[in-house]
Amino acid sequence: MTGIGLGATMAQGVPLFGRDISVEEALTPVDIKLKKKMADVALNAARAKGATYTDVRIGRYLNQVIATREAQVQNIANGESYGMGIRVIANGSWGFAATDNLDNDSIARAAEMAVAIAKGNSKLLTEPVQLAPQKGFGEVSWKTPLEINAFEVPIKDKIDLLLKVNSEAMLAGAKYVNSNIFMVNEQKYFASTEGSYIDQDVHRIWPTFTVTKIDPAGGKFETRNAFSTPMGMGFEYLVPKESEKIKGGPVTMYKKRYDMLEDVKEAAVHLTEKLKAKPLQPGKYDLVLDPSHLFLTIHESVGHPTELDRVLGYEANYAGTSFLTLDKWESKKFNFGSKQVNVIADKIEPGSLGAVGYDDEGVKCGTWDIIKDGILVNYQTIRDQAHILGLEASQACCYADSWNSIPFQRMPNVSLAPGKAALSAAEMVKGVEKGIYMFGRNSYSIDQQRYNFQFSAQLAYEIKEGKIVGLLKDAAYQSNTQEFWNSCTQLCGQSDYRLGGTFSDGKGQPSQVSAVSHGSSTTRFNGVNVINTGRKI
Amino acid sequence: MAILSKEEAQAILKKVLSFSKAESCELSLSGSDGGNIRYARNAVSTAGQISVMSLSVSSTYGKKTGMASINEFDDVSLQKVVKRSEELAMLAPENPEFMPLLGAQTFPESPTFNAKTAAITPDTRAEMVLKSLQVSKAAKLEAAGFLENATEFRSVMNSKGLFAYNKSTDVSFSVTVRNQEGTGSGYIEQGFNDLDKMDTLTLSKIAASKAVGSAGAKAIEPGKYTVILEPLAASDMLGNMFRGFDARSADEGRSFMSKPGGGTRIGEQLFSDNVSIYSDPMHPEVPSATWSADGIAVNKTQWVEKGVVKNLSYSRYWASQKGVAPIPFNRSIVMEGGTQTLEELIKSTEKGILVTRFWYIRSVDPQTLLLTGLTRDGTFYIENGEIKFPVKNFRFNESPVIMLNNVEALGKPVRTGNGMIPPMKIRDFTFTSLSDAV
Repeated sequence: MTGIGLGATMAQGVPLFGRDISVEEALTPVDIKLKKKMADVALNAARAKGATYTDVRIGRYLNQVIATREAQVQNIANGESYGMGIRVIANGSWGFAATDNLDNDSIARAAEMAVAIAKGNSKLLTEPVQLAPQKGFGEVSWKTPLEINAFEVPIKDKIDLLLKVNSEAMLAGAKYVNSNIFMVNEQKYFASTEGSYIDQDVHRIWPTFTVTKIDPAGGKFETRNAFSTPMGMGFEYLVPKESEKIKGGPVTMYKKRYDMLEDVKEAAVHLTEKLKAKPLQPGKYDLVLDPSHLFLTIHESVGHPTELDRVLGYEANYAGTSFLTLDKWESKKFNFGSKQVNVIADKIEPGSLGAVGYDDEGVKCGTWDIIKDGILVNYQTIRDQAHILGLEASQACCYADSWNSIPFQRMPNVSLAPGKAALSAAEMVKGVEKGIYMFGRNSYSIDQQRYNFQFSAQLAYEIKEGKIVGLLKDAAYQSNTQEFWNSCTQLCGQSDYRLGGTFSDGKGQPSQVSAVSHGSSTTRFNGVNVINTGRKI
Repeated sequence: MAILSKEEAQAILKKVLSFSKAESCELSLSGSDGGNIRYARNAVSTAGQISVMSLSVSSTYGKKTGMASINEFDDVSLQKVVKRSEELAMLAPENPEFMPLLGAQTFPESPTFNAKTAAITPDTRAEMVLKSLQVSKAAKLEAAGFLENATEFRSVMNSKGLFAYNKSTDVSFSVTVRNQEGTGSGYIEQGFNDLDKMDTLTLSKIAASKAVGSAGAKAIEPGKYTVILEPLAASDMLGNMFRGFDARSADEGRSFMSKPGGGTRIGEQLFSDNVSIYSDPMHPEVPSATWSADGIAVNKTQWVEKGVVKNLSYSRYWASQKGVAPIPFNRSIVMEGGTQTLEELIKSTEKGILVTRFWYIRSVDPQTLLLTGLTRDGTFYIENGEIKFPVKNFRFNESPVIMLNNVEALGKPVRTGNGMIPPMKIRDFTFTSLSDAV
């Protein structure tokens, strides 16, 4: 599942997680020596009570949200959440406890509570936890590579940018505009009885807007969301760079630098066209899917069904299970997609939301194949799952969204490898007789085993005999995951490759969110069923 | 510490107000204390106990407001959070939509708190889950479920004399039962304020019987069908619609509640005349707080009467712009129904589909409120008043507005989520494709 984009749904209040703090307070990290000392208190206390394994996450989670509409600032908020989560194995069972009171006694008490819960749960155990081996790394650190720490940029500069975005939209005839910047900094310290003390400083940013135009005569309205994407970057993402733009098509697209002012002006033009767009004739079309749209289809139809905990049934009561059962993987010949389809999982791609040095159980991050030449070859695992696949090590997919959340298997970046030939999107369009070229995420829905899905786009252009002829309205495609990926016939080259992503992928009970990116180049799918979603009330 | 009495909350809030130097100050203090157990593959996977309390301070000078919050309650921390909100207020731009604070009022107490629910322990939860596991294990089925309970309090105070307090309890349970072959699946979820109403054994048996009954589903052609929606399925459709009962977005022309040519659809017959929906914070089955976060009294409100839209929610600001009284949003909706049971609705159906649950509902078109989603965990074909066989899951594309124009019959409302929702018999419900998912 993926939460609805906050930017699009923002009205009066802005959701904020954690308590508010001043900017200057956010910029002073907690002393690393103190963090090691606190971690050792927990590790020793758990060991003394009989834990055979312990890990500790000391997390300081900072958030800043600036929200505006038209000429006014709706909200400026700084949030912080700080505390420690302790996870243990005792009597072969997991136990977890957390505390935001970080004196030695409270930490020791939380560690003891985690052991007590583990021992209590062990009575209901069917088999003991089996952890993949993991060496300790000693004292190491990792930081999101960034040029400008977004938390150091004055609030006024951010407000000025957003209000300028809004005024550009209004000048171009918009009736309403909302714009926001979300910034996240996870200062996360991990320690375990394997001998790791890992200090990480993780940054994410998401600028976005929704522009609305109204046709009062027809009583219709249309919206267009920003073609930005959440990134694992600093404020430099908002410093435009010509070399990071792809121009020439009906939409300017952005790689690792985003031009918010340019995009909002284009959005206003698109809206005028959207209000006049002709209704889709339902039928089979060849789809040309831009990465700003395709990322979500990858997320839902490839990312989620290859989560091993879903495959095994641990998410059956909430997100669901998966059609990619172990027998399909064991057969080594399950045709997930056409031969051109290569899907790679990674936790390291620069600028991506999934990129960290180590996951939340101290495993060094890397990259691996999930779909190779169209065949299902692997899943996503953490330490207590690796043995199920006969793997010698975890794939570093463990994440908890807060110091007080239990870490579990979360999706890494799951990306579609670009084609080998240097094909551009414009060249791809030329080869399409009857097709639709889609940009941007919109409505999305998929079943609990990830077979049947329906997606729509921010912009859907009709292609006739190799030419873009205009915008269509009410177009949504419905397909079956395996059928869809087997209809993949052509992929643009590396120069068209871009990331898309979400801040709010939801999973687990109680629900936790995680941020994840999905890369791809523009990709063609032949003969996909497209329905008309227009109705009258 | 997390659950304060009215007097304890009032004492802390008064102390915080005494630190305020702003022109006006608004405080919100809330806490919750609860726990959960998660299980899957017939064994407990995780369990937790969570206790949190936080204070939020909003200080205003003129129309400039700053907000800060904190989860520490010593005097120094309380002084710090007040000061921080005042500093942020000085830095903030003017908010043209700022509304002056409301003064003292009295609010009735609604029956949201139950002492037995508040006394739930980890052992109570374990026993309740064990009952569920007994059902699945005895029937050689696999259960995955989640049990959660919480006691919460919320209180607000402002420098104009407003004070309000509410304490509530909630226990919720859901379980998915699947057969070992993975060809059948059943689900149930239920929430109550009162623990005595929660019977995890009976609920798990219902989910188990759906798991067994839904095995070996046949594919039938998608298209328009008469459907019987169990209250859970109906509730998800209504919830998606009810979020749009907002006057401002309707007036602004960007909602299905916008009237073509301007204004809202208040007064318009938008649904069948057997559709009536209201909310009432004093309703014994779905009680809710009698005041909103900004201090407006929450009263019984008729949203739809005999198919006519009677009210939309108005924020204080929007109400002042439109010259009407503010109406707070209330999620605890009650849809009036009839006296028929689900079984009686089925019996009266010549041909149709019984939908027990919808899944992954998303908006496709906000103008018509077209939604898409899928059936899940037990879908059945009805012929001549009887369930004939399980059918494969469908994807639907349907608007709840259109759906509520096609209401053939309504059954007896039952508590579903935060509302009272009847089972419904709807004609011409649009299924657009099949899914292989179980």
